[in-house]
Amino acid sequence: MSGVLVVMEQRGGVWNRMSFEALAAGQQLAAKLGMECSGAVIGEDVDAFVTELAGKKLAKVFAVQHALLKDYTSDGYVAALKSLVKQVEPAYVVLPHTYQVRDFAPALATRFRQALISDVIAIHDGPVFVRQLLQGKLNADYKLTGAGPCFVSVQAGTFRAEAVEEGAAAVESFAPQLEASQIRSKPGELFREAAHTVDLGAASVIVSVGRGIGEQENIGIVEELAAALGAELAASRPICDNGWLPMERQVGSSGQTVAPKLYLAIGISGAIQHLVGMKGSKTVIAINKDENAPIFEVADYGVVGDLFEVVPALTKAVLAAKG
Amino acid sequence: MKILVAIKQVPERDAQIGIAADGRWIDESDLNYTINEPDAYALEEALQLKEKNGGEVVVMCAGPERAASTLREALAKGADRAIHIEAEDLGERDTLGVAQVLADAARDEAPDLILTGLQSEDLGLGQTGVVLAELLGIPHATIIMQVEKTDTGLRVKRELEDGWFQHVEMPLPALLTIQSGGNKLRYATLMGIKKAKTKETKTVQAAATASPSITLERVYLPEKQKKTEMLTGTPDEVATKLVEKLKFEVRVI
Ligand SMILES: Cc1cc2nc3c(=O)[nH]c(=O)nc-3n(C[C@H](O)[C@H](O)[C@H](O)COP(=O)(O)OP(=O)(O)OC[C@H]3O[C@@H](n4cnc5c(N)ncnc54)[C@H](O)[C@@H]3O)c2cc1C
Ligand SMILES: Nc1ncnc2c1ncn2[C@@H]1O[C@H](COP(=O)(O)O)[C@@H](O)[C@H]1O
Repeated sequence: MSGVLVVMEQRGGVWNRMSFEALAAGQQLAAKLGMECSGAVIGEDVDAFVTELAGKKLAKVFAVQHALLKDYTSDGYVAALKSLVKQVEPAYVVLPHTYQVRDFAPALATRFRQALISDVIAIHDGPVFVRQLLQGKLNADYKLTGAGPCFVSVQAGTFRAEAVEEGAAAVESFAPQLEASQIRSKPGELFREAAHTVDLGAASVIVSVGRGIGEQENIGIVEELAAALGAELAASRPICDNGWLPMERQVGSSGQTVAPKLYLAIGISGAIQHLVGMKGSKTVIAINKDENAPIFEVADYGVVGDLFEVVPALTKAVLAAKG
Repeated sequence: MKILVAIKQVPERDAQIGIAADGRWIDESDLNYTINEPDAYALEEALQLKEKNGGEVVVMCAGPERAASTLREALAKGADRAIHIEAEDLGERDTLGVAQVLADAARDEAPDLILTGLQSEDLGLGQTGVVLAELLGIPHATIIMQVEKTDTGLRVKRELEDGWFQHVEMPLPALLTIQSGGNKLRYATLMGIKKAKTKETKTVQAAATASPSITLERVYLPEKQKKTEMLTGTPDEVATKLVEKLKFEVRVI
């Protein structure tokens, strides 16, 4: 076993951009280990993707193609990638930590009696793989003790897609043996819920509330602050899960992506799924009672304190300043 | 329909987290524990499916003695039976090792449907359900918001990134990992708490598993990367400082 194999993701003819972050991670890991890095793309017809990858610094690019791989299914992907990994025998398989990868990679690793190291945020010499525990409150170092291959998925935004090195790669096509009977589930078309009535993406000031607010009745104090600032109101997932604010106000990986001039995060801990939706904001202010809350890692200004004291005081001060 | 729900006991969210003396896990001495939140949604989905289609809801948890309290809570909410897979060494097992003991218990029960949460709040692996399905040789679907029983099996609503969804049809038996927010969670009633005392909890010892393929070596506080300007003082002082920033630097007032 040698080399790093990066499994890229496409859907319906479009890259998942996180694939290039995984590719950068794979290239950097390979360089650290003095190994070669290769890439793979899966689908019914992946020629266009493969052509693009052939211009990257890779030993090989594998075009994994089969009519049964047209639409994503875990069964199809696991079977196809299992045979690819068996043939290529990489020491490391690197994937982006997308919803699709969450769906199939643990099963793929299990076929090799390995445990996937998921959602990795750094790779140090060793190699040591760093993951977050307790929604970002702690970091943990993981080491490989098994026979490999070692399966690793990388967290969104950890590696920079622009860091992918250009070069030239040989293309190899790989036709896995697949039978329709192997694919047990039937995927339907993708759809979105009814159109949003609020476009948070266009807002220039957003006041966003998290579970620190405690109860639905308390949301009023945040609404008052939003009104004083002329801001849109947004929320973290648990607030919308509880039905305290409508789903369309949710910011994050499964909600809206926003990039306002100011994002004020109130009682939000800063889990990665929330951060990916708002870290493009120009200025972030966080109010949280826990000085170790991960939200402070993306905040320009921070207040460690009780939101029930700070928010009303801020509303008053904003109104006074506006005269 | 017989439904098996895997629930994990995790530290309460607001707990002050310290690191254990050996630096390899958190200090568990002063912590309070509760049900992993997505697992509460998995239990709720199971209870609603039973209310619609009949059947039985069995909950299982692998963990030390304290995990029994979380199982009791699930019984109080309406689960019919509980299985406590006693294991003191979960920290030394990798995902495969944990899924293995859950698979052993699941095989004995032969359920039509297994539900897990999509991710645990402490380890955050997001894997155990998928690995469990693979060990049992049954199909799975992840990040599920809605479950509907059909003549041939299930039709589920899968959440994708950026507000996209997809329906997936699959035969039974199957495993689903449940996302939060699909249903409204119920509370245990006084009646439910009383009834739970009469319900069966089976305790089994977790079998040993193969040595792990990965190990957790060290746990530590993340290093601060960003220079956040912290504003301090009384609430009024902080508010005044924030308004200064909003006026002169962020320029939104
Ligand atoms: C696949 C997947 C997709 C997800 N998608 C999203 C998404 O799109 N958006 C999203 O937001 N989440 C998403 N999540 C959930 C995410 O992982 C977190 O669980 C969630 O963001 C936490 O929300 P929170 O910060 O409001 O709550 P918590 O993590 O519970 O944090 C509450 C915070 O409030 C603070 N606090 C408490 N009381 C006070 C007080 N009186 N004053 C000041 N501070 C206080 C606490 O210190 C804590 O930091 C997703 C998860 C998964 C697995
Ligand atoms: N020790 C355990 N006992 C019961 N269920 C578990 C256990 N560990 C994980 N699970 C289930 O697997 C899901 C995903 O956990 P994880 O892979 O750790 O993110 C959880 O939401 C639980 O439903």
